[in-house]
Amino acid sequence: MTGEGRTVVGWQRLNPLSPVVRSGRGLVPLLVLAGLSTIHAGHRDTSEYYIWVGIIVFGVVFGVIHWFVTRWAFDGATLRIETGLVRRDSQQLPVARIQAVDLVSPFLARLLGLAELRIRVAGAKSANHLAYLSLPVATDLRARLLATHHGLDQSVPEPDELPAAMVPPGRLLGSVLLSASTLGAAVFVVALVVLSTVSTAAATAVAGSLLVYLLGIGQGIWRRFNEQYRFTVALAPDGIRVRRGLLSTVSETIPTGRVQAVRQIEPLLWRMFGWCRLEVDLAGVPGHGRSGGSGRVTKALLPVGSHESALYLRRVVIGPVEPPLSRPSERAHLKAPFSYHFLAAGHDDALAVAVTGRVQKVTCWVPLVKAQSIRKVQGPVQRALGLATVHVDVAGKRVGAKFRDRPVEEADRLVEELAAHSRGARRTVSLAGAGGGADHRAAPRPAGPGAPLLPPAPIEAPVMGPGWFADPARSHQWRYWDGTAWTEHVSDDGVTGVDPSPSPR
Amino acid sequence: MTSAAPTAWIPLSRTLMKMRVTEIAVVGAVLAVIAATIALAEGSPVAALGSVVAVALCGAGAWWFVHNRFRAWGYCERDEDLEVRRGVMVQRLSVVPYGRMQFVEITAGPVERLFGLATVRLHTAAAASDARIPGLDPHEAARLRDRLAALGEAKAAGL
Repeated sequence: MTGEGRTVVGWQRLNPLSPVVRSGRGLVPLLVLAGLSTIHAGHRDTSEYYIWVGIIVFGVVFGVIHWFVTRWAFDGATLRIETGLVRRDSQQLPVARIQAVDLVSPFLARLLGLAELRIRVAGAKSANHLAYLSLPVATDLRARLLATHHGLDQSVPEPDELPAAMVPPGRLLGSVLLSASTLGAAVFVVALVVLSTVSTAAATAVAGSLLVYLLGIGQGIWRRFNEQYRFTVALAPDGIRVRRGLLSTVSETIPTGRVQAVRQIEPLLWRMFGWCRLEVDLAGVPGHGRSGGSGRVTKALLPVGSHESALYLRRVVIGPVEPPLSRPSERAHLKAPFSYHFLAAGHDDALAVAVTGRVQKVTCWVPLVKAQSIRKVQGPVQRALGLATVHVDVAGKRVGAKFRDRPVEEADRLVEELAAHSRGARRTVSLAGAGGGADHRAAPRPAGPGAPLLPPAPIEAPVMGPGWFADPARSHQWRYWDGTAWTEHVSDDGVTGVDPSPSPR
Repeated sequence: MTSAAPTAWIPLSRTLMKMRVTEIAVVGAVLAVIAATIALAEGSPVAALGSVVAVALCGAGAWWFVHNRFRAWGYCERDEDLEVRRGVMVQRLSVVPYGRMQFVEITAGPVERLFGLATVRLHTAAAASDARIPGLDPHEAARLRDRLAALGEAKAAGL
């Protein structure tokens, strides 16, 4: 081994079982392939058998070597990861720059009680992995990393979370089945049945290609179900915790300070059940990628849920303000005959909201602090009708709120107003950032401190007993929950105080 | 806040129009010569004349288009943001706050260099932000770049 300049105490290896999980993923299909080929080749041909064994042995040896050369250490300020046999790769992750720590367990890892730790650091291209640690070690390391990141003592246990919403499996299955692709498949099958009554030969010919199509759809359904099974959302001081997964589980944190936009999507078929989907766009890595600006990450905050749950989560993320919506003028009917039905937009001094879509109603909220630019676009048809569209762009590709087909005078006024408000919002935030810690700068709090917030009552979630939890209004670090409502007792950095409860008792 | 001081739209450099006209003229001339040569080789002077006239008409159309496009393009440096407007058929107006700037890019293609011009482009984290100012003379481009960079640094805001 090379490159051991200084001695760092407390080097630890990954779990000895990790080569098994690492190579296990490739191993299963290999074994299946090997089995198939031996069956096909008959029992005499042993040379081919050796090839398969060789490949497997190679994989295992590779995994063991990787395990042998990888080690990590956490000294309270920096997490170091070293790996690589030929090219030594040493990563130092300063805790202060950590953005999120995710726990991921693929199926095989879960069987063996292992988990992968993914650490996202500001400015790094991709997440850093520690694969695999035993589950207690991973949980403990995550708690220590997060505690240190928030300036707490390392011995402080992982802060409690307040469960906010859960997606029941039945509803998830229903929502997945009610998607456009499954509907298309159903129509296809019905058409096939009708066709088979007319001509059996034609039907069998079509059925072949249909089978492939159905397999694809089935796989898609399975993937979504598997990924979002037991989707649980909880509020934690460092953001919103999401746990999900059937075979492989993921536990991730969505840092609320990096949310660029919130979208609520209501597909046609879901509307009759009053379901919606809530997504957030997170800023990717700033400064990477020349043409695309920074990347964007879209994460579901609620894959399917009631409007109340979505409303509560939305208020946690972007504050309780509800800018009044206004509809475009009647003239817009000619420009957008279909989507006119839902078309609406509005803004106040902190938030822009826009509703678009017909089959799929999409409502997009953009905190004006996050606005990257404001654009007015007027096409030839719009000019003839005296309309224009105003875009509020946020980081990422084609993300933002669209004030579609507003009258020109209004659009001109909007551009000025939105620019002024976003400037004002930025200024307030940077002032707050100068006074407080880095966390305050990151958190977009468009709402005033006394603004009302919904209590987390109407949510299909196991409600927690009394205790200190992350302040849902985010004006303090912690707030006491007496089991039924938020109290006025708050705590910041270990200092308790009194701040009137933001929620109606 | 900023009681909008009468902000003047700065048009693009006249040299850009010269460059575009030259481009049209060169392409038109080449096309006309080729068409006329083919027609004459086929032994039909009328067709040669016709093709030259057609090319000239197309050139005039292109000139008209480029001229309108040139006149529609402009930018305006305000206290807190840069405004860029452009487009004839689809008219666009972008307002980009200086604090949102990720980097400024100056490019100059071979033809642009021949005419001593450069294009300044302001990049933000949003891919849709579209603030491009073509046809600036290098001094103005450098001035704009330095000013934008200085303002961007002073007013920088996190994502």
